[in-house]
This record gives sequence, C-alpha cells and structure tokens, in this order.
Amino acid sequence: MATEYKLKWKLRTLTDNAVTALAILATLLVVTPLLWIFGYLIYRGASSLNLAFFTQIPKPVGETGGGMANAILGSGIILLLASSIGVPIGIGGGIFLAEFGRGTKLANAVRFTADVLNGVPSIVMGLAAYSLVVIPQGHFSAFAGGVALGIMMIPTVCRTTEEMLLMVPHAVREAALGLGVPNWRSVLSITVKTASPGIITGCMLAFARVAGETAPLLFTALGNQFWSASLNQPIAALPLQIYVYALSPYDDWHRLAWGGALVLIALIVLAVSLVRWVTSRGVLKGTS
Amino acid sequence: MPEIHISQAQFQSEQGPQETGSAAAAERISEVRRFLLSRGNSAIADRGFYYLILLCALSIFFIVALIVWQLVQRSQLSWHAFGLKFFYQSFVDPDTHLPMFWDPVNARFSALPFVYGTLVSSFLALLMAVPLAVGVAVFLTEMCPKWLRGPLAFLTELLAAIPSVIYGLWAVFVLVPLMRDHVNPLLVQSLGWTGLFDDQNPTGLGFLAAGVILAIMILPIISSLTREVMSAVPHSQREAVLALGATRWEMIRMGVLRNARVGIVGGIILGLGRALGETMAVTMVIGNTPEIHKSLLSNGSSMSAVIANEFTEAVGDMHLSALIEIGLALFIVTIIVNALAQLLVWAVTRGAPSQAR
Repeated sequence: MATEYKLKWKLRTLTDNAVTALAILATLLVVTPLLWIFGYLIYRGASSLNLAFFTQIPKPVGETGGGMANAILGSGIILLLASSIGVPIGIGGGIFLAEFGRGTKLANAVRFTADVLNGVPSIVMGLAAYSLVVIPQGHFSAFAGGVALGIMMIPTVCRTTEEMLLMVPHAVREAALGLGVPNWRSVLSITVKTASPGIITGCMLAFARVAGETAPLLFTALGNQFWSASLNQPIAALPLQIYVYALSPYDDWHRLAWGGALVLIALIVLAVSLVRWVTSRGVLKGTS
Repeated sequence: MPEIHISQAQFQSEQGPQETGSAAAAERISEVRRFLLSRGNSAIADRGFYYLILLCALSIFFIVALIVWQLVQRSQLSWHAFGLKFFYQSFVDPDTHLPMFWDPVNARFSALPFVYGTLVSSFLALLMAVPLAVGVAVFLTEMCPKWLRGPLAFLTELLAAIPSVIYGLWAVFVLVPLMRDHVNPLLVQSLGWTGLFDDQNPTGLGFLAAGVILAIMILPIISSLTREVMSAVPHSQREAVLALGATRWEMIRMGVLRNARVGIVGGIILGLGRALGETMAVTMVIGNTPEIHKSLLSNGSSMSAVIANEFTEAVGDMHLSALIEIGLALFIVTIIVNALAQLLVWAVTRGAPSQAR
C-alpha cells in the first residue's frame, strides 16, 4: 500500500516537473525569435543608418547611397491625417458609450460595430478605401491612405476611451453637476480630463498599430520615389517602402529596407514604452 | 438638462404666497437656481454636444455600412459571372490539360487555391502557436517569479506591436534561408514518406514558412488572452485544489485550465481571426502562385496575398471584381470568427462562471 502510494507520488511529481520544464521551454521558444528579430534588426539596421538616410530620397537603381527621407515625411503626413480622422471620432464614440448611452441598445450596437471594425483585416480596409476614395478621385493619393488608416484607428481609440471613462468614479461627475456645471462642460473638463492619461494611451496604441500598417497603403497611397507632400498625389510611406525594397533584388535597397525597419520599430517601441510609463503611474494604474 | 426645466416650473408655480414648509424649502432652492439660471441656460449647448457625440457614435455604423456596401457593390460583376462556384470551381488549361484556377488573361477566376492557402497556413500557425502560447501563459501566471513576470509580459506584448512588414522582412532574410538550408531537408528526410513534405521547391518559400511566421505573429495575442482568462480564475479555486494535496501541475490542470478553457478557446479563435486576415508577412514568404499542392513545402498563395499582389496590376474589370469578392469573403469570415471569439472570452471574463465538471 505504502509503496504503491509512494510510486504514484513520484510519478505525479515527475509529471509536475516535466510540465514546469515544458512551460519554461515554451517561454524560451517564444522569447528567442523576438530577441532574434530585434538583434538582427539592430545589427542590420544600425549599420545602414546614416545622415543621408534621413535627408535624401532614394537614388535610381544602380547607384548606391540615398535615403528614405521622402518616406519618413510621407508616413508623417499620412499618420497626421489618419490621427485627425480617427482620434476625434474615436473619442466621441467612446464618450457616447460611457456617458450617454450606457446600457442602451444603441450603445451595445455601437460597441459591437466597433469590435467588428477592429477585426476587419487591414487589406480589406485598403480595398474599402480604394473604392471609397481612389475610384471617385480617379487616382491614388495620400488622402486615401490617410482615410484607410484613420478608419483603422477608430475602434481602438473608441474602446479605450470608453474603458477609461468608465473607471472615473461617479462622485466626480455628481460633484461637477451639483455645482451647476453644464453637462457638456462636466463631461469635457471633468470626466474626460480625469481619464485623459488613459485616453492618450489609447490614442498612442492606435497610432503605433497603424504606423506599421502596409496593406491598406498598397493601393491607396501607392508609394512614390520622389519628394511629395501633396495630399492629392501618391505618396511614399515607410512600411510601404520597406516592403518594396525587401522584395527587390538589390543589396543597396535591402540595406535601406533594414534601416527603415529599424526607424519604424524604434518609433513604435517608443510609443508603447511611453504608454506603459504613463499607465504605470497616476490614478489609472493597472490599465492599459 | 431636464432637471433645470423641472426646477424652472417649480420656480414659476411657487411664486405665490408661501403656504407650507415644503414650499418654503422650494423657495430656498429656487434662490440658488435663480442664480444659476441667470448665468444662462445650457440646454442648447448640452443638446448640441449630445448630438455631436451621437454623430461620432453613429458614424462608426455608417463607416462599416459603407465598407460593406462598397465591397458588395464592386464585387457584383464576378458574383454574377461565377456565383457561389467562385469558391470551388476549377478550370482545365487547354494547353497542358492540368487544372488551373486563376486565369486573368481569359477572365476566368476561382478562389479555391487562395482559400486553400489561407486555411493551410492558418492551420499550421495554430498548430505551432497554441501549445507554445498556453505554455507561456501557464508559466507567466502560475510559475514565474514575480521579478521576471513584468519584463516577460512586456516582451510578449512587444511581439504584438511589431508591424507585419518587419516580420516579413525578417522572414525573407532569416527564416526562409534557414528553412531552405536546414529545416526543409531535415523534414524531407524524416517525414517525406507522409507526402506532406517533398523537395520540389528549392526556394524555401511556401506554406510552411508562412505558417511559421504566422505562428510567431499570433502567439502574443493568444498568450495574452489566455493569461487574462487564467488570472480571472478565482484564487480560491487554486487554493482548494492545492489543499487537497495536488501538485502544481494538477492544480493548474484541474483548478485553472478547466475553468478557463472556454476563454482559452476564445483566445485561440481570435488568433485564428488575425491569422486569416494577415497580409504582408504571408505575401512575402508564401511564394504567390495560384496552385494547390499537397506538399507543405511548395509555393502557394492566400486570399490576402493575392489581393496585395495583383490589385494594382489587375487587368480588366472582372479581375478587379474577383479580387474584391475575395476581400469580401475574407471580411465576412473574419467577422464571424472574431464575433465567436469575443463571445467566448466574454463568457469567462464577464463573471459568468463556466461550469467545471
């Protein structure tokens, strides 16, 4: 009896240890590609970054040198446009969900629609922007790219805003209304302001997410080898340029692609770390 | 502001002689109200603000409706030409008598190879990602020392923040050569008899490469959701199982995984949704040939990859329309998959306890 029990116990601890080992192995297997990607990116990217990268446009095929300055500018323009579309609508939708429509059927429907929009594959968003903007306009444009990315920002901003506003205690709203502050003022200056670190977090997350999107830009912004800051013209964008250069047969373009990837990832990591830093302090601790 | 209207009415109706104590109280309140009202009625501003916010909320509806309408509208041509057969028909090449699916020159299209490619690569990705993701989640929530938890969670989150084009770049320059030179020959040698691996393709591109890169990409989503539902399991469950003398693994299996399984399945389905719609990384490594092969090492294409590749160079309206119809199909499938996943995750994290048997 006792020996049988001991044997069973041994088997159980053995299984326990085996599972622990497997879990550690799984974690190592997950961390490895990440470190690999980062390490390789920094190794290849850092060696190809120089002043020309940030100040020059790509040289014609066959000449070495040149940079991706036009792509960096183009990405900036597209993202600015996208933010000016996505952030106001997203925050507005979030305020509606948290302050006006709480518990109503309309709010549930809006929430569900936002989730649907969040799940739309980015390539389909590109198709939508193509048929909504590019076809009526008759040509590819930076504006179409901005619209595609802006729509992609809405659900993230909307849902984070809602979550953050829901965390603001009711007493704060009641205090404001009790002092005779009009409702709109109370929402904007009291509730939204209290939740603003979290809302900014949401906007940054949405920004970081669309900053690296390539698929929606393929047939909206199209890309451009030259300087262009016009909203009405095809425009270069960093992720787009990386894609084109990565699949090209030229070593020099590969070099530029790695440099661009490093710049892009630095931007995104910066945004994500900033978000973590902001959320790890202040009232809204523990949310992201 | 309805309350102001009410107080206004009170104010006017009780202007007369003071009769009772309550009327006197109303009079006292109305002094304050009078002061407030003298500063202007905010009803118009409030109304305006409400409608502005409502407009924002409704525009989300409007946008989704517009997307659906556009996609449906612009895929009409191919829908009327091929109908539902678009997703399973095949043609015969008049010259070689081999089956063919995608013939832009003669405007004959079938989405079959792309559906196949999407399904195969996503399935491969899930096969690799799910055990790893659950392992990571178990390690992070149940075993990991506290000081390591933060950095590791941050690292896996970071994995989710990397743009897919950078995954693609890494895959083209690191993963594909690695597969071509080391992994694929090994697979052909050891598992070639299954017919799933043959050495016809010397490039290293193909379904397996796409599956591996997709697995790396969907891992953080599955693992963070799994972590979320696992930490939603109440501590008393763990304590109860441990108090009965269970080892840690038995505690995890009986106390945690069993309670969280619905949510974990939800996380997996959400990962599937991401894998189905993923474009850039897949486009860069899958090989982009509209063919169906049994071998996982051969080139193929996926629904998103064919759109990304051919859309700007599409010849003719039918080609465009066919590509948009593929996009519409992708849209519908991902919506269904995501909604399903959301429901499952909600069932766990929203406090509706899944019944442990």
